[in-house]
Amino acid sequence: MAILKFEGVKKQFGDNVILKDINFEIEEGKFYTILGPSGSGKTTILRLIAGFDYPNGGSIYFAGKQINQLPANQRQVNTVFQDYALFPNLNVFENIAFGLRLKRMKKKEIQLRVQEALALVHLAGYAHRELDELSGGQKQRVAIARAIVNRPKVLLLDEALSALDHKLRKEMQSELRQLQRQLGITFIFVTHDQEEALAMSDQIMIINEGLIEQSGSPVDIYDEPLNHFVADFIGESNIIPATMVRDFAVAINGKEFICVDAGITPGEQVEVVLRPEDLDITTVEKGKLTATVDSQLFRGVDYQIMVHDTDGHEWKINSIHKTTVGKQIGITFDPEDIHVMRKNETQAEFDARLESYQGVEA
Amino acid sequence: MSEKKHLFFALPYYLWLALFVIAPLVLIFYQSFLNLHGQFTVQNYLDFAQSSVYLKMTFNSVWYAFLITGLTLIIAYPVAYIIAQFKSRDFWLALVILPTWINLLLKTYAFIGILGEKGSINTFLRFIGLGSHQLLFTDASFILVAAYIELPFMILPIYNAIVAIKPSLINASLDLGASRFQTFRRVIWPLTKNGVAAGIQAVFIPSLSLFMITRLIGGNRVITLGTAIEEHFLTTQNWGMGSTIGVVLVVAMLIVMLLTDDSKKGGRAK
Repeated sequence: MAILKFEGVKKQFGDNVILKDINFEIEEGKFYTILGPSGSGKTTILRLIAGFDYPNGGSIYFAGKQINQLPANQRQVNTVFQDYALFPNLNVFENIAFGLRLKRMKKKEIQLRVQEALALVHLAGYAHRELDELSGGQKQRVAIARAIVNRPKVLLLDEALSALDHKLRKEMQSELRQLQRQLGITFIFVTHDQEEALAMSDQIMIINEGLIEQSGSPVDIYDEPLNHFVADFIGESNIIPATMVRDFAVAINGKEFICVDAGITPGEQVEVVLRPEDLDITTVEKGKLTATVDSQLFRGVDYQIMVHDTDGHEWKINSIHKTTVGKQIGITFDPEDIHVMRKNETQAEFDARLESYQGVEA
Repeated sequence: MSEKKHLFFALPYYLWLALFVIAPLVLIFYQSFLNLHGQFTVQNYLDFAQSSVYLKMTFNSVWYAFLITGLTLIIAYPVAYIIAQFKSRDFWLALVILPTWINLLLKTYAFIGILGEKGSINTFLRFIGLGSHQLLFTDASFILVAAYIELPFMILPIYNAIVAIKPSLINASLDLGASRFQTFRRVIWPLTKNGVAAGIQAVFIPSLSLFMITRLIGGNRVITLGTAIEEHFLTTQNWGMGSTIGVVLVVAMLIVMLLTDDSKKGGRAK
């Protein structure tokens, strides 16, 4: 059963509409990520779940009960804040014990639960430190411990890792994921970092301008972006205008290519997405497209190569092999590397179409 | 080289300190050991400690300063808290600060106009048929006016402390299950304690040595150490005794500063 449900939720501040119409269901025990650019409304969703703001329309259900106007202190959710929001007048132990003391728990029990939470975030032995003796990463762990010690049904994380440096962030990503599996609590993680979202989540919700653009598993979203925004926002991509010829064939610049998409009216104007890492450089003779190398950027793991084809389209190619600027090359790719996107197709329509022809194929 | 430069630029500051802070203190301390004939003695201190009049004045000073500080704190904390929530808080803060630009004497005379026999309050009371009352020259009017004058100095440090609290801390407290009142008691109050301490210092210490308001509003019914100092220097010309009382006041202020200096940190919530 869904632990949390949004039904047509709207939120505005004055004339400023932040959330237009948000619908989703959150299942128990999974890791969800709400991903979107800044100003998209993703933090507002979190604040509505936490109870720091109340919606202007629609309904929020928690475990089947409507909680639209329920005050924050009566909700079974806890939040890890972007700026940690640790109480500066209290030490590590008292910060973590804050919620437990409010519940008038016995001293022994508090002691036990705090030690347990500290161990979970790998900070055993830090109980009696003052906050100003801690590094940024350690403060982040204390903030997580302070939230999970209350054993909430849902843990909200608001850009929880964005204040950390790159290496620490990577470490915390896998630790958070591990922690979530260990505890079995639903995590709802808000971020603008798509890499973070892809690495950690069971489910990603992509939000833009107050609407959910697409939701699904990281692989689904990466491989089958629903529209231009998602394709552009998640990962790197080449988005090229094209025309559908018939089922399983699409024309780019008048050249026909075999693809794996179907169920689209022949002659319809569409967009195709080709991921830079799916494109391979070959000789002009073997290539499906001919192009000239404009620039080459070494990035450690690979080279990012910018080329333009004979029709003037720019292509981005990620390759572990080096090439030469100015050289004529061929670009090649497989049919399954092409992903066709219809304009204004909703997620439900997309899912239905996918089902219809994948049934045929099988 | 840079050491010398430092000294050069610091010189005016040191001179200022020496001339206007240290020298007066030393002079007062020295004077307090002189009797009316300029002889060196500790008689002033003995007189002070043995005279019930002086002890009563000391008690009065501390008691009234305590009442004034208490009243300003009770008014200032909610005012500071409410202003901090306003969108146009700079405007409201300016309204608080503005009266401090007006001369103390003018403000005091304004209160004589308000509270006096023919003042606006008594006119109003007569108008609604309650008759005139003696408002001026009472303890209550003295405390009211003193609290009014000291109010901004209590509001400002508390306001600054409240504004410095990150909003996410309040959210965190609510998130962890605290009610509004628990949030105030466990988060807001501990984090504004330093502001309150600064406010108490800024109000209590000047209140100890008030003398003009005691005369103009309190009608000399309230005699504090401030009044006594004034009398000794200007009327009885007993500078030695005046200085002794001055030293007593300085010591009292030091005690207040020590009591309100909260440099301890962390640990328990309670």
